[in-house]
Amino acid sequence: MKYKDEFRNKHEIRKYVDRIGEKAADRSISLMEVCGTHTMAISHYGIRNMMPEYLRLISGPGCPVCVTPNSYIDHAIALAKLDDVIITTFGDMMRVPGSTSSLEHVRSNGADIKIVYSAMNAVEIAEANPLKTVVFLGVGFETTAPTIAASIKVADECKIKNYYVLSAHKVMPPAMESLVLNKKIGIDGFICPGHVSTVIGSLPYSFLAEKYNKACVISGFEPVDICASILMLVEQVTDGNPRIEIQYKRAVKPEGNPAALKMMYDVFEPCDSEWRGIGLIKESGLKIKNEYKGFDAYDAIEVETEPLKELNGCICGDVLQGLKFPYECGLFKTVCTPENPVGACMVSSEGTCAAYYRYENNWT
Amino acid sequence: MCLAVPMKLIQFEGVNGVVESDGVIMDVNIMLIEEPKIGDYLIIHAGFAIQKLDEKEALETINLFKELRDESE
Repeated sequence: MKYKDEFRNKHEIRKYVDRIGEKAADRSISLMEVCGTHTMAISHYGIRNMMPEYLRLISGPGCPVCVTPNSYIDHAIALAKLDDVIITTFGDMMRVPGSTSSLEHVRSNGADIKIVYSAMNAVEIAEANPLKTVVFLGVGFETTAPTIAASIKVADECKIKNYYVLSAHKVMPPAMESLVLNKKIGIDGFICPGHVSTVIGSLPYSFLAEKYNKACVISGFEPVDICASILMLVEQVTDGNPRIEIQYKRAVKPEGNPAALKMMYDVFEPCDSEWRGIGLIKESGLKIKNEYKGFDAYDAIEVETEPLKELNGCICGDVLQGLKFPYECGLFKTVCTPENPVGACMVSSEGTCAAYYRYENNWT
Repeated sequence: MCLAVPMKLIQFEGVNGVVESDGVIMDVNIMLIEEPKIGDYLIIHAGFAIQKLDEKEALETINLFKELRDESE
């Protein structure tokens, strides 16, 4: 990547860390990141340990795979078991546990499940297999949803009638509001998600500053970006001037990407949505609009799902809300490992438990 | 999952673009980008370009880093 050295320069990181340390906070400050790529970067570069004692960095529900509830996985598994159905999915969904099984498990028992890199590949599979029912598992935040919307539009224009999407898409700002309202977490500010914001821009977060006095900075993903964003957040908190600022200006405009937003809202509309560990959050999901109902796998394909069952002992729900750290889980690193994951946060490469397992070995 | 990488647009026709980074060449869909140009750095996610990278802003951010370093020294 161009300019990589500038954004990873350890001297620059040190200067920011020193500046953050010099800020004399008269109380502790808690900042939450709500993007899995930030979670990984903070763990990978050891940023948490560089911070002064007054500053606590906590991870939120930033991994779309992790927040997808069991009921959705069960539905996808039930579809996969039907004759003449091909499930298409991003790779990280394969090992996520449902109530009693996973997509990987049912594939090993003969279900036709194909991993794709792009939803457009799923449309191509549908076109090449006109006698099959092809279902794409639409999982992801605002970064991903426009690309899935585009696949539905293309399938519509090309009159591909055997392509369906099972949408579990989610939008971030309502989830951030629900985290703010949970007083047990106690968030002072958010490291706002960089790539979600390339699409939605900065305006959808402004209520967090205006209504709830939360500091908000949209951050890039390189270590210098993240340290610069943390300094901006600490300054907002200590100056008593919470607002939404963009540090990741090279990729995020206040208005976002209007073409991507239009694509997303041409095809999807807001709906209430369930988040693993958090529960139902109003208007936090995206469902397919009536105009494109023919592509909605929920409507078009009837299926019976198994009774819902939650995992014993797994605290993914608390981890996703920043209420507990992974090392507070009895299963972490003993029963639950990346090779044999129990909970979603260990399965996904961007899950909080996976990040701690891989990079942060200093828990006590 | 929102992982996205900047890659350089080296050719395109309609919505089909070809991007390159460190010798890796990939086909991507550029329908979500307004007025794409050869040489643009695009942020690539799930087979789509989702935004242009603004080189001027990238340089300004780097200058900010440098200013802070100079101030501290």
